[in-house]
Amino acid sequence: MSTDYRPMWKELGLDLEAHDALLGVLGPLYEQTFTKQPNRPAGMKYFDFVMSEVHGLRIQELMDARKAGRKVVGTFCTFVPEELVLAVDGVMVGLCAGAEFAPELVEQALPRNTCSLIKGAFGFAMARVCPYLAASDLVVGENTCDGKKKGWELFGEYAKDLYVMDLPQVKSEQGRALYRAEVVKLKDRLEALSGRKITVDGLEAAIARVNAKRSAMHRLYCLRAADPAPISGLDALLANQVFFYDDPERFTGSVNAICDELEARVAAKQGVARAGAPRILVSGCPMAVPNWKLPSIIEGAGAVIVGEESCVGERGTQALTEIKGSTVESMIDGIVDRYLKIDCAIFSPNPSRLTHIEAMAKKYKADGVVHYGLTFCNPYQIEAGPVEKALEKKGIPTLRIDTDYGPQDAGQIRMRVEAFLERLKG
Amino acid sequence: MRSAGIDIGSRAVKLVLVDDGRVVHSAVEDTGSDPLAVCHGILDGRGYDSITGTGYGRHLFKEHWPDALVISEIKAVAIGATSLIPGCRTIVDIGGQDSKAVALDAAGKVRKFAMNDRCAAGTGQFLEMMATVLAYTREEFVAAACRASCAQKLSSMCSVFAQSEIVSLIARGASKEEMAMGVLQSIASRTAALTGGVPVEEPVVFTGGCARNPCLASLISEAMKHPLRVPESPQTVAALGCALHGRRT
Repeated sequence: MSTDYRPMWKELGLDLEAHDALLGVLGPLYEQTFTKQPNRPAGMKYFDFVMSEVHGLRIQELMDARKAGRKVVGTFCTFVPEELVLAVDGVMVGLCAGAEFAPELVEQALPRNTCSLIKGAFGFAMARVCPYLAASDLVVGENTCDGKKKGWELFGEYAKDLYVMDLPQVKSEQGRALYRAEVVKLKDRLEALSGRKITVDGLEAAIARVNAKRSAMHRLYCLRAADPAPISGLDALLANQVFFYDDPERFTGSVNAICDELEARVAAKQGVARAGAPRILVSGCPMAVPNWKLPSIIEGAGAVIVGEESCVGERGTQALTEIKGSTVESMIDGIVDRYLKIDCAIFSPNPSRLTHIEAMAKKYKADGVVHYGLTFCNPYQIEAGPVEKALEKKGIPTLRIDTDYGPQDAGQIRMRVEAFLERLKG
Repeated sequence: MRSAGIDIGSRAVKLVLVDDGRVVHSAVEDTGSDPLAVCHGILDGRGYDSITGTGYGRHLFKEHWPDALVISEIKAVAIGATSLIPGCRTIVDIGGQDSKAVALDAAGKVRKFAMNDRCAAGTGQFLEMMATVLAYTREEFVAAACRASCAQKLSSMCSVFAQSEIVSLIARGASKEEMAMGVLQSIASRTAALTGGVPVEEPVVFTGGCARNPCLASLISEAMKHPLRVPESPQTVAALGCALHGRRT
C-alpha cells in the first residue's frame, strides 16, 4: 500500500498495532494463495488490487461517502436486502469474520464450542481490527442460527449501532409474513437513519443495480461449466467474496470484463487446469475473506472447483429480485419472495438446497461434491449427513469435511481430498 | 521388476519390496522425530526399479525422492488388503494417528471412506498414552486386557480426559486389567461408529499397527457384528499396496 492510511485507521478507532499484525498475515497469505496460480485471467488483477486495498482505498471510499452524508450499513448475512440500503443511497458492506483473531479475547465472551465464523466476527470486533465495522453507521444482524441469535445480544457493545432482523425458521405462509414484516421494519429503520424516504423510482433502480451484480456472477458461474475450466475456484470464490465489499457498479463492470476474457478462453479451449482435471463442487458453510483453506487444498491437489453452493456463492446470488408492480409495497413483495428462495440450512426442512446442489453438479459437470461444514455449525453439519447420503445414492461421490479456521488439520484434509480424487479417477 | 512401497506413518515407517509379485523384504522402524533419516536408513542398500510412498510423510518423501510415486493411504491400504484377501469389501485401518473405514467395490476400487476427526482419539497413539498411564509397555497392555474378564467403562475418548479418568479410577482401586480392556472397548465402539459411515460388506479386513492387538480385533468384530480378517502382517499392508501400485504403473 503506497498511501498512508494510518491516520484514517486511527480516526476509526482501530488498534493500530493489532491491525498491522493482521495485515502482516493477510498480505503474504493472499500472495501465496492467489498470485502463484497458473494461467490466471488478466482480469483478476482488478481483484488483486481490491484485496491490496481492502483495508485502505475501499475504507477511504466509505469515509468519503459518509462525509457526503451517505450511510454505511454493515452486515454478516445474505438475508439483509441490499436493495433497501441502496434505495436510501446507502452503502452496504460485509463485515470481517473469515479468520481467527484474538481468540484469547473471544473466549472471554463466547464458549469455545462456537463456530469459527461467529468467533471470527467477535475477534475482529473485540480486537478493533475491522475497519468495515468501525466505518459502519449501522450494523444489521439477523436471527439465523442460535450462535448468531444469541451472539447479537453481546455484539452491540462493539458496533456503533446494532439492529437485529428476525428471520423465520420455516418457509410457510406465516414465515413469509414474518420476514415481510421484518423487511418493512428494516426499511423504516433505514429511512430514519438516512433521513430519506424510499421511493418507487429509487427502489426500482436499487433492485436493478443489485440484480446487475448478481447477473454478472451468473455469467461467471456459467463459464465455469467449460472443460478446461477457464478460471480457478479460488479466483471465483474471491469474486464471490468481494461481491460483499465493493462498489456495486465497479464490481459488476469488473466481473463482466473478466467474463469477456473467459469467453475468449473457453472458445480457445484454454483453462487454468488441464482438460479432464477432476471437477469439484463445494457445498456448505460460507467462506468469508480470508477463509481460503479448503479451496487451496482442493486445487493444490490437482482438482478444479467449478461451483460454490454457498451463501458466499451461488446460494446467495442465485435468485434475482423481480421488480413487482409499481408501488414500494409491491416491490417489497418481490424482495421478500427473492430472499426467501435462499436455501439456508437454518430453515427446516430445507429440501430445495439438495435440489440446487444436484442441479449445480449437473450444470457444472462436477465429478464430485465436497461438503464443507464449519465445526459447531449445527444447521449445516446436521444437514451434511442426509445431503451426503442423497448425493451418493444418485451416483454423485461426496466427501464431507468438517473443519474450522485453524491450520492444524490441513494435512489430514489434504489426505482425504487426495483419496477422494483417487476415488473419482476410479 | 522390483518395486518398493514405503509408508511413512506418524509412528512407524514401513517398507515392503516386491519382486515378481512376491514380497522379498519388509521392515518397520519407529518414525521418531526425523522421518527422512528413517527413510534413508530403511532404504539403505535396497535396490528397486520403482518406489511409491504413502502416509503422512508422503509429500516430504516425494520432495527428496523426486522419482517416487505418491498415493493416499486409502488407496494404498485398498490395494494391499485386496491382494492379501481377494474379494475384500471393507477395510478397517487403525494406525498411529488415524483410523479409517474403507468400502470397496467388487473390483477392489474405493467406493467410500470415512476417517476419524482431527484428533488421535481412538488410534494407536491413544493406546500408547493409556498404556503409559497404566504403567504398562505395549505388550503388557495387550496381555493385561486379554486377562480381564470384564471392561471398566470409560466415558471419555479424549486422551487428556481419559487420562484423568483413569488416574481417578486408579485412586479408587479399579482393576488395571479391566481398565486396559475398557480402553480397548472404547476404541472398538468408536471404530464401529466410524464404519457406520460406509456401506459395510464382508469380508472385512482389519489393518494398521493396531490390528496386531488380538483383543482389540475381537472387540471391534463384536461391536461391528462382522467377523474380521487380520492379515499376517497388518502393519505393512499400506506399504505392500504401494509396492503393488508401483508394479502396476
